[in-house]
Amino acid sequence: MHWINFPLITIMIWSGLRIYWAEQEFAFGILDWELFAFFPDGFNEALGLDRKLARGLAFHLSFGWLLTFNGAAYLAYLAGTGGWRQLVPTRDQLRRVPAVVLHDLGLRKEAPPKDGHYNGAQQLTYTVVILMGIVIVATGFALFKPVQLSFLVTMFGGYESARLIHFSTTMLFVAFFAVHMIQVVRAGRRNFTSMVTGYEVIDIAPADEPGSSPTPDSNGESDDMVVGTSNA
Amino acid sequence: MREVEEISIEDYKKRSRRSFLTGGAAAAAGWFTFRNIQSAELVDRAPGPLRAVHEINESIWSSLFREDHLAKEYDISEASILRVNGRHGLRSELDLAGWQLNVLGPDGEELGTHTLDDIKALPWHEMNIEHKCIEGWAQVTNWQGARFSDFLALYEDQLPDDISDVYMETPDGDYYVSVDMATMRHPQTLLAYDNFGEPIRELNGAPLRLATPLKYGIKQIKRIGTIQFLRDRGGDYWGERGYDWYAGL
Repeated sequence: MHWINFPLITIMIWSGLRIYWAEQEFAFGILDWELFAFFPDGFNEALGLDRKLARGLAFHLSFGWLLTFNGAAYLAYLAGTGGWRQLVPTRDQLRRVPAVVLHDLGLRKEAPPKDGHYNGAQQLTYTVVILMGIVIVATGFALFKPVQLSFLVTMFGGYESARLIHFSTTMLFVAFFAVHMIQVVRAGRRNFTSMVTGYEVIDIAPADEPGSSPTPDSNGESDDMVVGTSNA
Repeated sequence: MREVEEISIEDYKKRSRRSFLTGGAAAAAGWFTFRNIQSAELVDRAPGPLRAVHEINESIWSSLFREDHLAKEYDISEASILRVNGRHGLRSELDLAGWQLNVLGPDGEELGTHTLDDIKALPWHEMNIEHKCIEGWAQVTNWQGARFSDFLALYEDQLPDDISDVYMETPDGDYYVSVDMATMRHPQTLLAYDNFGEPIRELNGAPLRLATPLKYGIKQIKRIGTIQFLRDRGGDYWGERGYDWYAGL
């Protein structure tokens, strides 16, 4: 479920940009070079709009369902397995978030204490990302059927506001993805392998309580014990 | 707490190889599917699979459609004259004096013709609604005119029961739309001839246009010349050019 998000969100952003280009309401500088290229086509009437906006809408409104179903399945999975307990931070863990962030930025020497599967900053981030997922799907439906689902539009403060929230949340997703990638690379090969296989390699010494003492930072290819929970 | 399983490093290597292979195969299959959609045969200029989802979306949302669910209305102070965004069907000269509305039945038979005064004789209604363009912009605007349902009542006796769509086109035939009957019967679907107490401007659709908050602007045809009642979906300018035929909001 986690991995499906990557191609789905990529397609959603790609098709979303085609929709956005048709009417670039939010003046974001980064996109200027694209807008420039679009306009001559856009004025080219049927063909220009047809190639981009119509196709973009068709992709967006098709793959949006897949993203919605995948998200719903993931939420059901979290609820069903109790996996949400690993994700939603406790108050104590929230308190340690600044320490984790400072450590990761290299501004704080001593590593924060191990906090179970995910540390406080991860928990906070992943929880917020899930909430962002809910917001982006809900605003998406608000924009898709603003009259039939008018309660959603009202909830998000109107059509224009829902549009802005939908767009901004996308930008946050892009920002999250960048940091996410940096962190995965920093966490090393073992961590990445565990993301794919559902197992993580740990050194044999503290084998009394395997699950709680992963050592993703340890270097070397020590052929030790492997533990895992077979989740995907 | 989930169970933790311990396995040997050999087993682990085997499983991780298997996982990466499965993952790689899934990625390749995904890419292949995506390319296939991109190059699928076009149906009304949309790739077949995506056109199929448009149709599924239509069946979902048209079955949820309620004629008594009204779109939000606004205060007149929030409304302004609608931005002009398309001139399809308006390129020929507007002949106000010679204009008339032709009404056809499902087999093309002539049912009647109307002057603007005929439409103005129907009960007058006004609405300030948010007009939404499929390109993404929206604007609160004002429309004044007759409910299509009141116009329809003039013909109800002559029409067969299985009318499902209303086809409308401009006098020159260059722009045309097809709208489902449920939307046409809705109380917020107007044949509009005025806005802000003045006749609608030429590029906004004079002398008579369709106005409804239930569809994107592409369906709200300007300068209607002919109305035809159909048993099935008729032609639709943008629907034939890759867009969702339903275009409902």
